[in-house]
Amino acid sequence: MDPWLLLAICALATYLWRGPAVLIAAGVDPKGEFFAWISCVAYAIIAGLVSRMLILPTGALAETTGLERVLGSALALAVYFRLTDRNLFAGVMAGAAALWLIRFLP
Amino acid sequence: MLVAGYVAFGALAAANDIPMGIAVASTAVLWALPAQIVLVEMHSQAAAVLATVVAVMLSSARFLPMTLMLMPELRDAKHRGWMYYLAAQMLSLSGWTMAVARFPAIPRPQRLSWFFGFTLVLMSVSAASTAAGYIGADRLPSLARLALVFMVPMYYLLILSGSVRDRVAAVGLACGAVAGPLAYLLTPDWSLPLSGIAGGTAAYLFLRKR
Repeated sequence: MDPWLLLAICALATYLWRGPAVLIAAGVDPKGEFFAWISCVAYAIIAGLVSRMLILPTGALAETTGLERVLGSALALAVYFRLTDRNLFAGVMAGAAALWLIRFLP
Repeated sequence: MLVAGYVAFGALAAANDIPMGIAVASTAVLWALPAQIVLVEMHSQAAAVLATVVAVMLSSARFLPMTLMLMPELRDAKHRGWMYYLAAQMLSLSGWTMAVARFPAIPRPQRLSWFFGFTLVLMSVSAASTAAGYIGADRLPSLARLALVFMVPMYYLLILSGSVRDRVAAVGLACGAVAGPLAYLLTPDWSLPLSGIAGGTAAYLFLRKR
């Protein structure tokens, strides 16, 4: 399928959450049960995708070994939680740099 | 914070041979990083179109409660109706977080224009970061490109584990992380909608029981 058409369909699909929310009048509790469930689903999707990318990578990341990905993740987590005060940019950079170094050195 | 995510996304799109125009345009029209990553990953795996659209849609479901919460704060008699629909499209997690924090200090009639100004800056920076990541990954040696692409899972690994204080996030994260690879082994095409609904429902039930 043409990627532009696919992008347009996906944009419409995301707007289905945004647009109708303007119409829905007050009285709908955004903290209700349905919303609790749907945000669990949204979190689970991105968590599922990320863990799949790390455990069963496809595409470019499939070239890396499991050990390399584990070491990169461990360093990213260490920099984010231990070395800095949850500096996201530093943590992400550390993970990427670790992967680069591990593959570059030998 | 946004910069790292969108640079990584740009690199991911380049590594998967998605045209650069698509990558940058997706930042403007989807304006939801998880949805964009889902789209690029599934498109490059040649997943079924319906499965891709369903996964993209479910991954951006948070916009419904977010928009519902923000709209009453934006409303003012002097604005035209269509402006709210435009604001809904421009809403993102970072814009929303900032708006919720700042709105008490901003007079109601000025909130909408503040919101447009702030989100336009966010969108421009993000679109530029997408292009930068794309060009970087395209021009740099393949090893550096690999490191840039690796930023995508690192970005969400840190964001998700950093939000563990939020219990919904923590449990959703754990359930989704287990369900994702399992569902992929079962059905690559439908793994994301499946793991999202299964993992999300498990997380929801777990949270309700406590």
